[in-house]
Parts: sequence; C-alpha cells; structure tokens
Amino acid sequence: MKWIDYASPNSIKEAVALLSNKNTVARAMAGGTDLIVQLRAAPERIGNPDVVVDIKNIPELNEINLDSKGLTLGSAVPMYKIYNNESITASYPALQDSTSLVGGIQIQGRASVGGNLCNSAPSGDTIPTLIALNATCKVDGPNGSRDLKVEDFCTGPGKSVLENGEILISIHIPAPSKGSGSSYLRFIPRNEMDIAVVGVGTSISLDGDIVKSVKVALASVGPTPILVSDAEKIIGKSIEDEDTLKIAGEAAKNAATPITDMRGTIEFRKHLCDVLTRRTLKIATERARGN
Amino acid sequence: MTKGSNSTNGYKVIGTRPIRHDGYDKVTGKALYGADFSISGLLFGKILRSPHAHAKILSIDTSAVENMDGVKAIVTSQDLPQTNWTKEKDAIMAKTKVLYKGHPIAGVAAINHHIAEEALKLINVEYEILPAILTAPEGLDPSSPLIDETKKNNISNHVKHELGNIKKGFEKSDVIVERTFDTATVHQGYIEPHNATVDWNSSVQDEKVNIWVSTQSSFDIRGRTAEILHLDPSKIKTTPMEIGGGFGAKFDPYACPVAALLSKKTGKPVKIVHTRKEEFESTGPTPGSNIKIKIGATKEGKILAAEATLAYEDGAFPGGVVSAGALCAFATYDIENVLINGYDVLVNKPSTSAYRAPGATNSNVGTETVIDEIAEKLEMDPIEFRLINASKEGVRRADGPKHPSIGVIEVLNAMKKHPHYNEPLPEATDINRGVAIGFWMNGAGPSSINLSVHPDGRINLIEGSTDIGGSRASIAMMVAEVLGIKAEDVTPSVVDTDKIGYTSGTGGSSVTYKAGVAGHIAATNLKKSLIERAASIWGVSPKTVSMENGILFSTKDKSLSISLKNLAKDLNDTGGPIISNGATNPSGAAPSISGHIIDVKVDKETGKIDIVKCTIFQDVGKAIHPDYVEGQMQGGTVQGIGWALNEEYFYNNDSYEMANPTFLDYRMPLALDLPMINTEIIEVPNPAHPFGVRGVGEASITSPPAAIANAIYRITGIRVNQLPIKPSLLMESIKK
Ligand SMILES: Cc1cc2nc3c(=O)[nH]c(=O)nc-3n(C[C@H](O)[C@H](O)[C@H](O)COP(=O)(O)OP(=O)(O)OC[C@H]3O[C@@H](n4cnc5c(N)ncnc54)[C@H](O)[C@@H]3O)c2cc1C
Repeated sequence: MKWIDYASPNSIKEAVALLSNKNTVARAMAGGTDLIVQLRAAPERIGNPDVVVDIKNIPELNEINLDSKGLTLGSAVPMYKIYNNESITASYPALQDSTSLVGGIQIQGRASVGGNLCNSAPSGDTIPTLIALNATCKVDGPNGSRDLKVEDFCTGPGKSVLENGEILISIHIPAPSKGSGSSYLRFIPRNEMDIAVVGVGTSISLDGDIVKSVKVALASVGPTPILVSDAEKIIGKSIEDEDTLKIAGEAAKNAATPITDMRGTIEFRKHLCDVLTRRTLKIATERARGN
Repeated sequence: MTKGSNSTNGYKVIGTRPIRHDGYDKVTGKALYGADFSISGLLFGKILRSPHAHAKILSIDTSAVENMDGVKAIVTSQDLPQTNWTKEKDAIMAKTKVLYKGHPIAGVAAINHHIAEEALKLINVEYEILPAILTAPEGLDPSSPLIDETKKNNISNHVKHELGNIKKGFEKSDVIVERTFDTATVHQGYIEPHNATVDWNSSVQDEKVNIWVSTQSSFDIRGRTAEILHLDPSKIKTTPMEIGGGFGAKFDPYACPVAALLSKKTGKPVKIVHTRKEEFESTGPTPGSNIKIKIGATKEGKILAAEATLAYEDGAFPGGVVSAGALCAFATYDIENVLINGYDVLVNKPSTSAYRAPGATNSNVGTETVIDEIAEKLEMDPIEFRLINASKEGVRRADGPKHPSIGVIEVLNAMKKHPHYNEPLPEATDINRGVAIGFWMNGAGPSSINLSVHPDGRINLIEGSTDIGGSRASIAMMVAEVLGIKAEDVTPSVVDTDKIGYTSGTGGSSVTYKAGVAGHIAATNLKKSLIERAASIWGVSPKTVSMENGILFSTKDKSLSISLKNLAKDLNDTGGPIISNGATNPSGAAPSISGHIIDVKVDKETGKIDIVKCTIFQDVGKAIHPDYVEGQMQGGTVQGIGWALNEEYFYNNDSYEMANPTFLDYRMPLALDLPMINTEIIEVPNPAHPFGVRGVGEASITSPPAAIANAIYRITGIRVNQLPIKPSLLMESIKK
C-alpha cells in the first residue's frame, strides 16, 4: 500500500516549491474531481504521486475579477461560482453553458475550470469555450511565470505544456466586443453525467447580419481540443444565409480527427461536429442580437 | 394512478399504504448492508481474476506473496474439495481453464484491502491463450472454438415448443412479417456490489461456517456453498444483510466459498466486497441474443402462425435463460400454430444470471415489434389487433400448460380507453407514440413464517425471504388483515437460516405470493389459538368466540370480550406463550401482464432519443401495498428503457475485454432521462391466493423496448433491429 501525503500551501511560491521537489512526485489538486478518481482507479497513469498539493488556499487561484478588460478567473474557482455570477454569464454565455453541464451539482461545487484545462482531457467541456472566447492563461513555476493561449495549452490526452513544478494561476478572457455572442453544446446520449461524444464551443461577432469574427472549437474529436481555423471562411458572409452555416459545419467536420470507441463512431462524431457547429452558431447569433 | 387511491374491496389493511417497517432505518442510514458488516479480527479478501477471455492455465505461482507483510492466506482451486470436481467449483476458482475475462483464479486475505490488492499483482499465472467467442451467433458457428471441449458444440440447452402445424398456418396467412434482432448483453446494475463476510469456526464438536451476505436467497447461499465445500447444510449459517438491489443477480454464491476458504486457513473472519468493475466483468449479466420472429395473420387480423428462433448467450457455464424467453415469446396471444426453438449458447462471458423476467425482454422486443408491423400492414389499431388475438384463461401455451386466470384482455382494454392513448400527439413530427405488452408467468416455492405474540399485543413475524421490494411490509399487512389489527402492530424481521424453516429465494416475483400464503396460514393458526385461549379463560366453547378488529368476544354473551392487547399481557399465566407458523410450498402462482404506452422524441439530426411520456399498465392480481407495487412497475419500466436506449456490454474490435465496466460508460438512465412513469394498477385476482396476489416484480421490464421501437418507427419510418437503439445507429439508418 502506498501512503500519500497531503499539503495545503498558502502561496504560489510554496506550492511551486512542493511541486518541484525532486524527491517526490507531487500533483496539484483543485477540486479533486479528476485527481481523486485517478488516484483511486489508475495512479500509475498520473505517475504514482506521493504528495497531493491542495491549491485551494492560495488567494490568487480563487480570484474572480471582471472589468473592462475582461474576466480573470483564478484556476481553482469552482464552476458554481461562475454560472451563479450574472455579470459573467451575461458577458460569456458559453461559459455558463459549459460550467453548468459539467457533472452534476455536487461536482460543480468543487470542479474548477483550471482543473478541467490542466486535466487536458479531449472531452473537457470548458476548453472549447475558452478557446472560442480567445482565453489566455497564466502559468507560474520554478523558472518564472509565462502567459499563453488556451488553444496552445493541451498537447495530447491528459498532456499539457505544463512543465514539472509549474502551476496554472489564472485564465483571462478578453471583454466581449459589441454585437457578439457565444454558445457551447455537447452531445451525450443521456441528459446528464456523461462524457461528451462531441462538444462545440462557438463565439461570433456580427455587424448586422455580417459575420465580423468567429471562433469555433471542438471537444472529443481528437487527442486535444481542436480549433476550427477554417470556420473563419464565413467572415464577411451573412449569418442568415444557410450556406454560411453549412460552410462552418463543413469546416468543423473536416477539422475533426475522431476515433471510433464506445461513445461513438468516426462518422457519427464528424456528423455531430457539423450539426452542433450550426446549432451553436445559431444560438450565439441570437445571443449576439440580444446583447 | 393518483396518490392514495386504491381499492380496498372491504379489506382494512390490504390496499392501504402504511409506512414500511424498514423505512426509517433505511432513510437514516442505520440499516446494515453487507459492506457495513464488521467483526473483530476481520481480514480483507481480494480475488485474482483472469485477464483473458479464454485460456489454459499452465501454472499459478503464489510464492512471491506467501511471505508478504500483511498477507495472511492465499487460496486457489487446489483449496476447494478436489473430489467430484464440478462446474460450480470451477466457477468459484478456475482449475485448468479460464472461460471469461474476470474468471476467478485465486483469493488473498490480508490485514487490509490495499495489501490484498498489491498481493494480487505478485501472483504469477502462466496462460496459453485460446481463441474466444462473445456472441450467440458466433457460438453457433461450427468453426468456432468449443467452450466445453467435452461437448460437440456450444449449445448447452435446446428447447422446442410446437403447437398445430406452422407450415399450414403460414400458407393460410394473408400477411407475413419476419424480422431478426440482435440485443446486447446487459447488467442488472443494482447499486450494492456483491459481498460476503465469512467466519469459519473449525472447532471439532461445533464446526460452523457463518456467512453474512447480500443475497436474494440465504438458503441458496447456504445450499450452494455447502455443495461446493462438501459441508452439511446445517454446518452453515447464512445471515442475509439488508440488500441494495439484486434484480435476479444475487443468487450465486460468488465470493462466499473463497472467503470461507480464506477464513478456514487463517482462523479469522474474512470479508470480500466486489468493485463495480468486478460486478460487470464477473457477475450477473443477462444474455445478449439473436432473435428471429415470423408471424402470419389473416386480412381480418387473426394471427394464424408464429415462429421464433432464439439464440441466447449463456456465458461461460450452462444455466441460461432461453427457456423462459421461449415460454414468454407468444404467451399473450391465442395462436393455433406455433413453433419456438430456443438455444442457450456458451460464450466467453461471465455466466449469465437472472434479470427481472429473465429472457422475456429479449424475445418480447421481437414479437411486439413484428405484431406492430402486421397491425400497420392490416391498417388496424395496434391495441385492437392485439385484442383480437389476446390469450385468456384455458388457452394452451406453446410450451404445454394451459393459462390459469390471466389479464391480457383487461390490460389491453385499460390501455385502449386510457387518456394517454387517446390524447392527440403534439404537432411536432419528432414525437410519436408506441405500445407493447409483455408477459411473465411468475414463480412460487417453499416458504416458512413464524408468528408469536409480544406482551403488548403486537405480533412478531419472522420470515426467511430476504426483502428487496418491501415484502416485510406486505407480509405484515396480510397477517394484520387476518388478525384484524394494524400493519404497524406486526413487527416483521428477516432472519438467518438457523432461525426459520426453509424459504426459497426472493425471485420470480414469488415472495408476496408464497409468503402471503404461508403468512395467511400462520395468521389463521394464530387467530385460532388466540380464540381458544380466550374461550378457555371464559370456560366457553371456542366455537362461540370470534376475533375482529383486535378484539376477542363471545358471540353468545356480550359481557365476554377482551382486547388482544389485554389477552397478550397475561398469556404466560393463562396457559403459556402463543406461537404459530405457516409452512407451505404452494402451487398456483399466476402470470402478470404488462402494457406500455410510450411517447418518444427523436432528434432527427443527431439520433438522440428522449422518453417524453410513459404509462405502464399491469395486472397485479391484488395490490397489497399499492406504493410498492407501483414502485415495481416503475422500476421495471426504467430498466426496460435503459435496455432499449443505451445499456450494453461494449467490446472494441478484436478485444474480448468489456470497454465500459463503469456506471459512467455503462449508460443506465438517470433522473433527467426519465419522465414521471405513470402507473395504472389493474386487479384481476389470482384465485389461488387468499388475497388474489400475482407476482408483480418482473413483467414491467419486458415491454418498454418494443413500445419505444414502435414509437421510433412512427417518427422515422425505421424498424429497429437492434438493442440498444443507440443514437449513432439510429442516425446511420436515418441517413440511409
Ligand atoms: C461524476 C463526474 C462527472 C464529471 N463530469 C464532467 C463533465 O461533464 N465534463 C467535464 O469536462 N468533466 C467532467 N468531470 C471531470 C472533472 O470534474 C472536470 O475535469 C473538472 O473540471 C476538474 O476540475 P478539478 O478542480 O476537480 O480538478 P482536479 O481534479 O483538482 O485536477 C485535475 C488535474 O489538473 C491538475 N491541476 C488542477 N489544478 C491545477 C493547477 N492550477 N495547476 C496545475 N495543475 C492543476 C491536477 O493535478 C489534475 O491532474 C466529471 C468528473 C466526475 C467525477
């Protein structure tokens, strides 16, 4: 039997020190809704940790700050604090979509967006939304801090750019431009407690009916969340045009590189990328107009 | 059915809804389940299981574990009695060959389960991997490997039922529909995993093996463990703990003999609790199947011929459920010419066990969707078409017996006139309605009940049926009815196998039937003794004494009357304690019929299916406690919905390992996937029960898949030929 130590530092510095100690294998823990499951089911897949570093007591990691530049979200902030905050959900409806469908109410009380990102599951439900909303993240570690785009964060299933000892401090989402809207939809065969067969996060900004900018990102159809760059082909076109939606749907379908498994086949998943992209664009458009 | 409405038909207790006796303990967490059980000196056991679906065991090397810190004992098949080796023993721990992934090979007892788990990793087993098969059609293929090499093929059981002349029946038919279906292996999915704590007291004079276990049948656990371990049944005492669901899968002893052997070796009690993965990979499932149904009818809507060919997975060992599937296939219809062939086929999966109307749901989805298709071809209302062909009392079933009293017509009529059937569908083209009916014959078996009188006048009720569905309450209610007292004034408990006469298991929807008969006998006997006691106190003839509403009185002399309460106080001084019992093996269980009306919504762009509205109708004979009857109807319906929509043992290509042995990916329906399941209790009394009871636990699971498939057809034009009806499959068909 393996004993696991538990540490609960109060500062980033302490946490980094614990996480970069060469004599132990340490893992950061925010809500623990991934980590504890992994520790019990397959500790070898996360390097057989012998120290769990609870990061919830670090003030910077609990920050929620919404101002004219946008939203800064500490990496350990639990989901319920996001979807219950009306200023956040008004500006970033896709973030409300995502955070309110992760797990169930108990999970949402603990699970964080930071943990969702660091866990880097291809199916992570908040990641496409963060990518669609142009989010960046701030990382600190033994070699100092750095900022990077969320779309560059995940490198493979369960893998990220985080180096040994590094921790995610916060996520920043720029303020939404006027006439913009966003949406996240996932497909699961049930209505709760399931892993996305496909997830699509979309943001759009419009000038009348004309698409000024668009960003579409996909979950569960590749080793990492996928940014659909070709969705930008609809910029300059009318969103009222069925063809416009078709082009975006087709782009999503082509960007997806899914596998066949118990959750769905390649064909079905590609098909869903198309359907959900069109649906999220419609919802995001409605929201943009409501703004 | 609106809450609180029930037909009491002159009864005082039966048909009412008192709070169940075991309710408080359960909702406050005081009830003790198998995993809660603890005893001083307890060791923890774990079982090593085969990683291969089919392999020869070349060697088992436990040397690395023998001296491991904290490990107290290791057992393998060598520790089971070696003479008269049986398949039952092989199922407990494999000797020469493993037959499925998850097949037990060895057991370890340690001071905690972490060490036991670590120890399993150090046991070295050498295998020679053999080709494996997973489905019944594969098993039937003559080129497939043999699971049991002493046999000529993988068919472990063939049943054939014939009525009339099938060929002529089809020749005379104006419409014939023939369809083939594949259904996936599914699991009972009860919340509480299998567990056993065993303490083997080896003292020479008083050898006793004590088992505390979650089971549907403490006497089966005793009997089968005794057989496997070559012990006299009296040497084993099985104490059934509260049970967190079973649905048919909690009869096998699984971990009991392993824990027993570990306890014998260590002299300490040993507890084994399965993980969910072990549950999926090594217990329970109900078979996947291949179903061929062919039905022919006249233009006027009379079915002339019906043929079924059923191939069911048996799992690794014989004991499958095709016989029941064959029996139920056409049982709701009066058909002159029938041919049913059923095959249980050995495959490299865990040995299948019962699951709520075992085998009936598989054949039902075939029959009831083909019936729907014929009704459509004849342009007849699907309920009307069923009514024309409905079976009734006295009609011979294809498997031989004539139907006793049976409520097919009553259920169909209730469906036909119900608002749910007659209300218009929403305008949307993505919602439509399907119907289906189902059958389960129900079982009986031996049952024992002991009653005694508490000094405060309450009645103590002792029974041997482990209580899954509220049977303590319903048996107490039947006893209370006979005695004219309140249900709350009967205190029921389920006891161990040393404290009550033989009682067969809680399965086949048998308990309220058989224990009801036994309870009725016991209560009638008790009433007689109470009357005799009062008569003897008064010095009058017992014939002149009656008992009503808990009062004993002389029918001749108004001044002579005493309450049961007051009589009870002085029993010891008026002749001694009063007890009674009822022990019986009643025949006369009668079938239950279910019917479902289900409104379904299909997202035609994604294939996602939602259940929008659902009403179940069931002929229950007599609902003793309507809440628990409705609970059974709803529970079975939900399991039928799960079977229809998403539940399956999923195997990746070329893999023999179940890919989804967790509740995350084995997708049972959750609260948000279900509408309110409306219930309509229909009471066609069973004349062979003092209160008219039929078993109610099972029929409800059989008909939802067909009703859902029939609704999906009306939405999409697609006749489903596979369960589960996964969105990906449905979408593929929609696109075609
Ligand atoms: C029942 C259940 C249902 C679920 N449903 C969903 C769902 O619908 N959708 C979904 O996407 N996920 C779901 N999940 C997974 C999980 O809840 C989410 O991924 C959640 O966002 C993880 O957040 P957490 O705070 O609990 O992370 P933790 O478990 O604390 O951490 C996750 C991983 O990230 C690392 N980590 C966490 N924070 C940091 C940090 N600041 N710096 C560096 N590394 C860090 C940890 O070491 C660990 O490897 C579910 C989980 C459960 C148990």
